[in-house]
Amino acid sequence: MYAQMIKSEATQEDTEKLAAFQARIDAGQKIEPKDWMPEGYRKTLIRQIGQHAHSEIVGQLPEGNWITRAPSLERKANLLAKVQDEAGHGLYLYCAAETLGVSRDELTEMLLDGRMKYSSIFNYPTLTWADMGAVGWLVDGAAIMNQVPLQRTSYGPYARAMVRICKEESFHQRQGYHLLMHMMKGTKEQRRMCQDAMNRMWYPALMMFGPSDKDSVHSEQSMRWKIKMNTNDELRQKFVDETVPQAKYLGLEIPDENLRWNDERGHYDFSEPDWSEFFDVIKGNGPCNVDRIAARQKAWDDGAWVREAMLAHADKKAARRAAGELKNVA
Amino acid sequence: MSSDPHLVEFFLRQGDNALVLGHRLSEWCGMGPALEEDIALTNTALDLIGQSKLWLAHAAEIEGADRSADDLAFLRDAYDFRNVLLLEVPNADYGRTMLREFFFDAFQLPWLKALTDSTDDRVAEVAAKSAKEAAYHLERSAETVIALGDGTDESHAKMMAALDYLWPYVGEMMVDDDVDHAMAEAGVAPLPSAMRPAWDDTVNATFREAQLPRPDTKFAHAGGRNGFRHTEHLGHMLAQMQVLQRSHPGATW
Amino acid sequence: MSREWPLWEVFIRGQHGMSHRHVGSLHAPDSERAIKNARDVYTRRNEGVSIWVVEAKHIAASSPSEKGPMFEPSRDKVYRHPTFYDIPDEVGKM
Ligand SMILES: [Fe+2]
Ligand SMILES: [Fe+2]
Ligand SMILES: [Fe+2]
Repeated sequence: MYAQMIKSEATQEDTEKLAAFQARIDAGQKIEPKDWMPEGYRKTLIRQIGQHAHSEIVGQLPEGNWITRAPSLERKANLLAKVQDEAGHGLYLYCAAETLGVSRDELTEMLLDGRMKYSSIFNYPTLTWADMGAVGWLVDGAAIMNQVPLQRTSYGPYARAMVRICKEESFHQRQGYHLLMHMMKGTKEQRRMCQDAMNRMWYPALMMFGPSDKDSVHSEQSMRWKIKMNTNDELRQKFVDETVPQAKYLGLEIPDENLRWNDERGHYDFSEPDWSEFFDVIKGNGPCNVDRIAARQKAWDDGAWVREAMLAHADKKAARRAAGELKNVA
Repeated sequence: MSSDPHLVEFFLRQGDNALVLGHRLSEWCGMGPALEEDIALTNTALDLIGQSKLWLAHAAEIEGADRSADDLAFLRDAYDFRNVLLLEVPNADYGRTMLREFFFDAFQLPWLKALTDSTDDRVAEVAAKSAKEAAYHLERSAETVIALGDGTDESHAKMMAALDYLWPYVGEMMVDDDVDHAMAEAGVAPLPSAMRPAWDDTVNATFREAQLPRPDTKFAHAGGRNGFRHTEHLGHMLAQMQVLQRSHPGATW
Repeated sequence: MSREWPLWEVFIRGQHGMSHRHVGSLHAPDSERAIKNARDVYTRRNEGVSIWVVEAKHIAASSPSEKGPMFEPSRDKVYRHPTFYDIPDEVGKM
């Protein structure tokens, strides 16, 4: 998902403490910042929450790409508010990660120099206005599927951030779907844009859940720690099952010949995405990786003098205030 | 035509100011110097776009030409826009963006407050809603200008450059023309020039804290409020903003 | 690496006269800006009418390992909770 390739760290710690820790998690208790926790738990969480935070802010870019071209005042406001929410999500998550002893600046630098990743989905381009619908509907839809269970994750600050995020997410998927509904009732070109968006976004959306659990050795530990709540395959299936009727309602075709209802399983059968493409994207070879990081780097560099100046001014102000107070005393 | 062309013009000026500045600010979304700044600036952009919708909807209605607020925003050419030039010039860096915002807010707050007494209920109503937003915008932009002017040598130099660039554009906000006189006579709005003392006070007080000198040149570019001569920048902004409406005539979104 | 803006904890009182509640954190160069940032980040959906900010380093917190002695003594004082007292339905709403 937004944390597609999170490996949990191996741990070597006091078995008694570990058992007590696991017992607390099993009992549904929350772990809080100052509680003892295994080093592996802490590190895995930093990676997962950090990657999730990065995904939110890199995720601002593909949609930000259309803000200045939004076709009505209403849509412009909707999209702006939505992309702004994603900045908020990044902010909440960075703050949650900070409780584990890593600063936002450190996390940002790890994103920029490639030590940390973000969701593969944001390395795909947004090429028409219909992509704003498809992203909201499919990408936020997939994200929500992953985020709702994370509200129950074992780490308190993370769980609380997810509660806030989920509350805000609820309009994202709907505004995307609403946009597509409107366009599908429009002109031939508009319908073509929608289908084109569907064709490009479907498999990347499926990839958001990460590779099959069969190939993921680390998810077991994360599940025991309640950092990961469902398997990748479970969530992917759930996403497909919910999305197929929604696509049908829109009149959009899902680009998969093998897609059909399986009565026996009670689920849709569907084709796996091309995982070699996924690994290429993760390695940096997606259509937009370079541009995305360049954009984040530029914002970071261009903002440096502002961040510095505001702090310098705060220091001066405090010093002047202190000097003033001293004078008053004397 | 039964509509009052001066009144339409007046509403367009208010709507276009909000729209053009809102659009410029929206360009920052996702690019801000810190997440907190990014989010705050987007709030301002959203306020302004909301305001523009209200002003333009009234303009369209008074005009009576069967156009909507969206038609006005997305289907007019540059020479039909009525915003001041100050608001259409590019953002450049964060310093210039915030200084421009501050210059506008310092005008807009007393202006909107005065408009709440308008004899035209529509004006008074939109102004009442917008004035609250403008009060917060001004607090935030003034504080930012102070911090960046006072902060570091580098930030001070950047603010000086921004000031040099923007100053020739501020005067246009406070120069009266025919439309303004017609509005003043009808009790719809005060003369923009009447905002000068309040604007000067705000700017002087803020500049003092920001360690920024007030330029002594009074030169003021003009041509935005009456549409006679916009900058080259507006055309590019509109090319982007209007692309979907222009390339798919008749489609709705 | 240059210095970061300090971290602030944000407390917001909602519309209905409830106490200020911790809603999250943010970064800001000073307290004035922290309040403004809190307004922009945490009250976008009309959540609040009053904001407190405290620089995170100034928050003194109970130690989690003392959770037992700190909070358990109140656990058995169930008589402090209204549901402890069974009142027949006929009495009406109480
Ligand atoms: Fe999000
Ligand atoms: Fe979202
Ligand atoms: Fe998202």
